[in-house]
Amino acid sequence: MADCSQAGSGRHSMDKSITLPPDEIFRNLENAKRFAIDIGGSLTKLAYYSTVQHKVAKVRSFDHTAKEVDGDPLYEISVQEEITARLHFIKFENAYIETCLDFIKDHLVNTETKVIKATGGGAYKFKELIEKKLKLKVDKEDEMSCLIKGCNFVLKNIPHEAFVYAKHADSEFRFQNTHPDIFPYLLINIGSGVSIVKVESEDKFERIGGSSIGGGTFWGLGALLTKTKRFDELLQLASRGQHTSVDMLVKDIYGGAYGSLGLTGDLIASSFGKSATTDKEFSKEDMAKSLLHMISNDIGQLACLYARLHNLTRVYFGGFFIRGHPVTMHTITYSINFFTKGEVQALFLRHEGYLGAIGAFLKGAEEDNPNQYSWGENYAGSSGLMSVSPDLNPMQRVRSGTFDMLEMDRLERQLVNLPLLQDPSSYIPDTVDLTEDALARQYWLYCFEEALDGVVNRAVASQPDLPQAVERAEKFRQKYLHKLQTLRHQPFAYGSLTVRSLLDTREHCLNEFNFPDPYSKIKQKENDVALRYFQKVVRSLEKLPWEQRQFALVKGLLAGNVFDWDRPWLIDCYDQWVERLKGPPHKCALFFVDNSGIDIILGVFPFVRELLCRGTEVVLASNSGPALNDVTNSELQILTERIAAMDSVIQAAIKEDRLTLVQSGSSSPCLDLSRLDKALAVVVRERHTDLVVIEGMGRAIHTNYYAALSCESLKLAVIKNSWLAERLGGKIFSVVFKYEVPPQSPGLRR
Amino acid sequence: MKLKDAKKTSFPWFGMDIGGTLVKLVYFEPVDVTAEEEQEEVECLKSIRKYLTSNVAYGSTGIRDTHLELKGLTVHGRRGNLHFIRFPTHDLPTFIQMGRDKNFSTLHTVLCATGGGAYKFEEEFRTIGNLQLHKLDELDCLVKGLLYIDSPSFNGQAECYYFENALDPERCRKMPYNLQDPYPLLVVNIGSGVSILAVYSKDNYKRVAGTSLGGGTFLGLCGLLTGCESFDEALELASKGDSTHADKLVRDIYGGDYERFDLPGWAVASSFGNMIYKEKREAVTKEDLARATLVTITNNIGWIAKMSAVNEKINRVVFVGNFLRVNTLSMKLLAYALDYWSQSQTKALFLEHEGYFGAVGALLGLLNFT
Repeated sequence: MADCSQAGSGRHSMDKSITLPPDEIFRNLENAKRFAIDIGGSLTKLAYYSTVQHKVAKVRSFDHTAKEVDGDPLYEISVQEEITARLHFIKFENAYIETCLDFIKDHLVNTETKVIKATGGGAYKFKELIEKKLKLKVDKEDEMSCLIKGCNFVLKNIPHEAFVYAKHADSEFRFQNTHPDIFPYLLINIGSGVSIVKVESEDKFERIGGSSIGGGTFWGLGALLTKTKRFDELLQLASRGQHTSVDMLVKDIYGGAYGSLGLTGDLIASSFGKSATTDKEFSKEDMAKSLLHMISNDIGQLACLYARLHNLTRVYFGGFFIRGHPVTMHTITYSINFFTKGEVQALFLRHEGYLGAIGAFLKGAEEDNPNQYSWGENYAGSSGLMSVSPDLNPMQRVRSGTFDMLEMDRLERQLVNLPLLQDPSSYIPDTVDLTEDALARQYWLYCFEEALDGVVNRAVASQPDLPQAVERAEKFRQKYLHKLQTLRHQPFAYGSLTVRSLLDTREHCLNEFNFPDPYSKIKQKENDVALRYFQKVVRSLEKLPWEQRQFALVKGLLAGNVFDWDRPWLIDCYDQWVERLKGPPHKCALFFVDNSGIDIILGVFPFVRELLCRGTEVVLASNSGPALNDVTNSELQILTERIAAMDSVIQAAIKEDRLTLVQSGSSSPCLDLSRLDKALAVVVRERHTDLVVIEGMGRAIHTNYYAALSCESLKLAVIKNSWLAERLGGKIFSVVFKYEVPPQSPGLRR
Repeated sequence: MKLKDAKKTSFPWFGMDIGGTLVKLVYFEPVDVTAEEEQEEVECLKSIRKYLTSNVAYGSTGIRDTHLELKGLTVHGRRGNLHFIRFPTHDLPTFIQMGRDKNFSTLHTVLCATGGGAYKFEEEFRTIGNLQLHKLDELDCLVKGLLYIDSPSFNGQAECYYFENALDPERCRKMPYNLQDPYPLLVVNIGSGVSILAVYSKDNYKRVAGTSLGGGTFLGLCGLLTGCESFDEALELASKGDSTHADKLVRDIYGGDYERFDLPGWAVASSFGNMIYKEKREAVTKEDLARATLVTITNNIGWIAKMSAVNEKINRVVFVGNFLRVNTLSMKLLAYALDYWSQSQTKALFLEHEGYFGAVGALLGLLNFT
């Protein structure tokens, strides 16, 4: 929102001579290549690929063969430049096209780019202008193919891309889980006419039908009937009108319902039917509303007939008729509901307006193989979903007519489901949906705002020698504060609002201002200290009798020096766990680790050691990139080496490949089991993993608390937040020790 | 009121279908009235018969479709002629008043009515006309009436017809169709709104679809767009117009056919889609707008009918309802659309008594009423 309110303040002066704020839009143009443009009736969408130089924290182990001196740090940290790929998408009104092209021309350094992929109805209208300004050859792509390609891309890469619209619900937008398999689906594109496309795979789609009664009909007939010229104004009129004064309803014919057919009295029997039988004058508003209903119902019915004929339940709607307009989303939803008796839900897409541009871009970027990678929405650089009822959201007015952005980062690894999810299609990582829970939302937004000072200070402190750390930290503060404010008004901006998304947004914003790892030094110090105690802890554990040792190991995992240990805990499956340990060992345990320092070294490792001694193989999964004080994969590698040097059990396990380190693919303090590194999934499958341990607030409470796995699982955490503890029925520092055995798991059958 | 013997079903025999826009009335005029009967016949009955059969127009809006009259029909053992009369629903109060003035209630007859108005105006029939309506379901009546009328020939001609060479305007001709074995049949009833029924046998049918874009929409929109005041006037305008001035065609967008999807250049991409441009709005005529409205509504019905036919696996679609009255334009469009989009797999059929089947069904209901 920082970007848009700034851009918005200059809105009135915006004409062809505007100066665009380069910090905010058309970023990273100097490295840009592979342009694509989608020019619609009123909006232009521009796409380009660029690389971003980022500071990243790297850890490097010292040479251990040299004699160690007390006080030497365990490993060294350096900040290095890393180059990552990013996709930029910008949406603006056609009126600004010339200014934007000039801006791009002035800032474009890369001269390798020779063509620009173009799609959309306006592509040929602006062909000459683009070729003249950018000196790029315009290469036209089929609109529908681009749309489908773009649609596949967002469905695959953006969780919470699709939503159901419910006008009268607490949250208007109900986001859908990304189904692991996005195909087959129906895309109903409502432009001037309607196209109905069945998409069966990445490359296979078919236009199975269509209708000439679409957005152009609403606009054209509406303009004739009401003398209102603009599409948006027509929708405004419609939202204020009463269709019942123009339409003939069932009750106008029957006096009530047509009971034997189940047709209610309020159902429209004949659109504009009252105008056929009376000489009355009708208001513009009423006629516009009647027209809107007529068209929405007609499309809804057609969609329903096609969905039934092809046996499809996933039906996405797009096109300028829909594009973020609550009025049309509502009438289409209503109509689909009516015709399918609720069997099919109308789905809409957060980035619907970008599909054509994304598709055109992908067509031009095939040699980069964008589909081989996973991509992630960058919350710092993306505007998020803006459009809602204008009277509900004053910020919307400022926004419209300016620039909307979407940025997507290429992830270094391909992400897939954890193969051990009971039902991948119904898995929801997050425990509380803050979009739907207004109280929880208020609380957490407040929390994150309160914590901001601390985060800023830590960021500054982490870079004492780097230039402009204070200024950058201040920019970070402003950016994140604006994000929080946006989310207060529009909690649905980036899909369902969750504690995870708030944390991730903060990480994205920190990265944006080159604070890749504010905790690196703290982690280093804590790891150092903890390592010194490792052997002592292991020795004292070994002395304990079996039962006591198991309990001490669990306490260690829960960072047990802090609090009260009286059982029963808030969630207490400890007895069942110990019973299970008396049985045969697990084949392989997958352990999602949490914090650096004491937690990993004195909690996780002793526990892992015990598992190894029982004959269980262990896979330790840690974050690929930094997040808070979580241990990263590169840090964990060094730690493991150091521990192995001290401990023969760990050393042997590594040598024999019974202890393996993998990266999760994530850089979040939370855990989304539907987006994990592909290599992790392979290891999990190969080793016949039959136990999953998830540790810590972020991974086991904020996320995955309700996750159902197909094997045994342990979820453990101490709730270090009194509000959340209360929500779950306990007090601050309550312990959650959840041991779950799926019905009919091999564990039970034994 | 119970009648033991159908033969004793007392005259007059009426069937009425009160729709959203039009009231359809069928009247059976017995021609085998014996002298004895005539003597017994009360004055009121005579005057009704005389009034209905000697006029072709009633009041300012009632019309008898003389060309549809079925002559020498035997119904329930009686021989006679079946008359077809229509008037606007908003004149129904005048009709009820007339019934009262003519002491219709003294005949102690049963008045069978169907359509929504049978429910909506029941109270008015009772309080003003002192008449008790016997209400019948409109789709039951439609199916019964349709199957009944189709069986006797239409004064020696075919009741059912289709358009041969629907795809070629030069060679397109109306041809009789033998609907002796009518099942399964998709019936598309286009009144103010549209109902689509799948009929599997005499007693087995279901409503499979419907749309609110029907005859009422055509007339309502035409009135608002052109100021015309009647259905006939709207059709007259439409016959002189060119819908492509208002509609955006596939070729307007793609310069020709959209080959990627087999869409011909002449197909309408967006109904009224050209009307988003000021200069085109200024150039368009009333006639063009009327034509575009007719084409839009008709094609939409054709498309939904075609989809329903595919969904129900039925390949004969019969279009009925008063929207088709004197509306050859729409009938040919429907014939063309169904032929083209189904690759001639689905046939569009029409019936001469297009709008009256509900009323006929109501009349049959009276005779079966025991």
